[in-house]
Amino acid sequence: MRRHPALRDALIAAIALVVLLLIPAFHRSPAFEDYVIRVSAMALFATSLNLLVGGAGMVSFGHGMFYGLGAYAFALLMQMTDLSLPVAALAAIAITAVGALLVGAVCIRLGTIYFAFVTLAMQMLFFSIIISWQSLTGGDQGLRGGIPRRELFGFELGSQLHLYQFCAVVMVLGLLAMRHIAASPFGATLRMIRDNETRAGFLGVVLWRARLTAFVLAGAFAGLGGVLAALFVSGAYPELADWPNSGQAIFAVMLGGIDTFLGPLVGTMILLALNDIVTRVTEYHGLVLGLVILAFALGLRRGLLDFLRLRRKGAKA
Amino acid sequence: MDLDALGNCFASSACVVTQTTSGLIVGMLLFLVAAGLTLIFGVLKIVNFAHGTFYMLGGYVAFSTLALTDSYTLAVVAAAAAMALFGVLFERLLIARVYGSNVLMQLLICYAVVLIFDDVVKIVWGPDFHAMGMPPAFQVAPLFIAGGVVPPFYAVLIGISAVIAIVLGLGLALTRIGKTVRAAAQNPSMVSALGVNTTLLFALVFAVGGALAGLAGALAAPVRSLSPGMGFSILIESFIVTVIGGMGSIAGALVAALVIGLLRGFGTIGFPMFTDGLTYVAMILILVTRPHGLFGREVA
Repeated sequence: MRRHPALRDALIAAIALVVLLLIPAFHRSPAFEDYVIRVSAMALFATSLNLLVGGAGMVSFGHGMFYGLGAYAFALLMQMTDLSLPVAALAAIAITAVGALLVGAVCIRLGTIYFAFVTLAMQMLFFSIIISWQSLTGGDQGLRGGIPRRELFGFELGSQLHLYQFCAVVMVLGLLAMRHIAASPFGATLRMIRDNETRAGFLGVVLWRARLTAFVLAGAFAGLGGVLAALFVSGAYPELADWPNSGQAIFAVMLGGIDTFLGPLVGTMILLALNDIVTRVTEYHGLVLGLVILAFALGLRRGLLDFLRLRRKGAKA
Repeated sequence: MDLDALGNCFASSACVVTQTTSGLIVGMLLFLVAAGLTLIFGVLKIVNFAHGTFYMLGGYVAFSTLALTDSYTLAVVAAAAAMALFGVLFERLLIARVYGSNVLMQLLICYAVVLIFDDVVKIVWGPDFHAMGMPPAFQVAPLFIAGGVVPPFYAVLIGISAVIAIVLGLGLALTRIGKTVRAAAQNPSMVSALGVNTTLLFALVFAVGGALAGLAGALAAPVRSLSPGMGFSILIESFIVTVIGGMGSIAGALVAALVIGLLRGFGTIGFPMFTDGLTYVAMILILVTRPHGLFGREVA
């Protein structure tokens, strides 16, 4: 298997997809399906963020902008045009990629901490535009009126089961695509820049071009996550583009681990499950969530998967 | 957008005075919070995301102290002292454990503290907005300056903050401890090798940062309402201030805070829907033209 990592990844993805699709055949649980749908949107978002954070050492605090942009672009395209769902989704992702290109062109030359804050400022600027451009976006009420449910290959996304299947497929394919990017020579180039940008520059890597490409790709995949989020909430709300949402993605990435590809997925699953469980038990879910995060940060000092991987390495050595 | 209103405002001295004072209020509060942030970043290279929590807790401590003792002076002192202690505990118990590990880990810990204390505030003081109201000593007739109305408390707030800016600036520039702090910002291990107790120094820096934020919270309490989320919003704005000013520069924080404050003061008239947006546009413009902020030097 070692010689065909791409094949191995595809196999893992196929198995995961089959398992996800088979679960409802044995046991229908609206809560579980709802959970998977939310995980799918958030996991794409968090993993795309980790393309930047873990893969390229670019800590963006404003990645939620592209999640929100994808959601708004998709919802608006569906409401205002007759485009079919896949076309609207692809167009929304293209719009997000253009947005990421513009933002990235301004931000990528900045140093780490300034990069973090300018991306955050860009997101907050985008957020204020959403709030103030009421005629287009519905302002702080969000884009209501729902997304017209168009059939897609016999799928009716109004039904929860079909939305679940659709999201599962998109999530697995999206993660697989990002895995390919991370494992490609381009992904290796990004890691080299992360570890030693001077040396990467000497070796002939055009730093800004590699970084900008990474930024645009990550933005596009965040946009895909936003499309799923828009389908789930059947609209688009400013909260999707607000900064706590970026924060959630950052914490999902860090809880799961930045040096392991599936870390952000695991982190998302932990974070959303924690949110769900804790909200049910107590109204002070911030208090409990905070204590759990502290236990993670002080106990493991890294994300869960990174921690497990290091332990396994330690046991072998 | 309402440029006519903005033009009319500039034509009337009353409006200019009123908007300038309200801009200065915003700017000075931002400066107090941002000064602590930038000091902590300058010396410890820690981006303290929990700084807004210090500000919030300072406001609530002042609120309760005033209710108990009826003395606003005591309330301000109590808030600053309590937050100095809180800052030291925060540094010693939490942040000190992750020095040298990933910056994101520090961020995670700060986020946890923000979440925890937002809920602690909800448990202790309730989830609703609190209005502290103007302290009795300041319930007097407003001052009139060039036709503009200026409540006396505003003048006091601006005055106190200005004094603190001067004390902080001179203290860092001239006193022995200020010089040690600046040396530690340059090269902490060398300072430590020269026999300075850097552990104590780091705790001191957090104490000063905490006290400034607590003070800002106490000063803000009479003019703004208290709510569990108040730390979050000031955090973003004061980060913008530190970043525009250049991280680690107190003078930069002061200039940037005043720029942002005045931009907001007049922005509410010219661009009522887009006041927040103006701040972000300012930040983007400044960082694109000066990537290390107005007064910043190269940092990692």
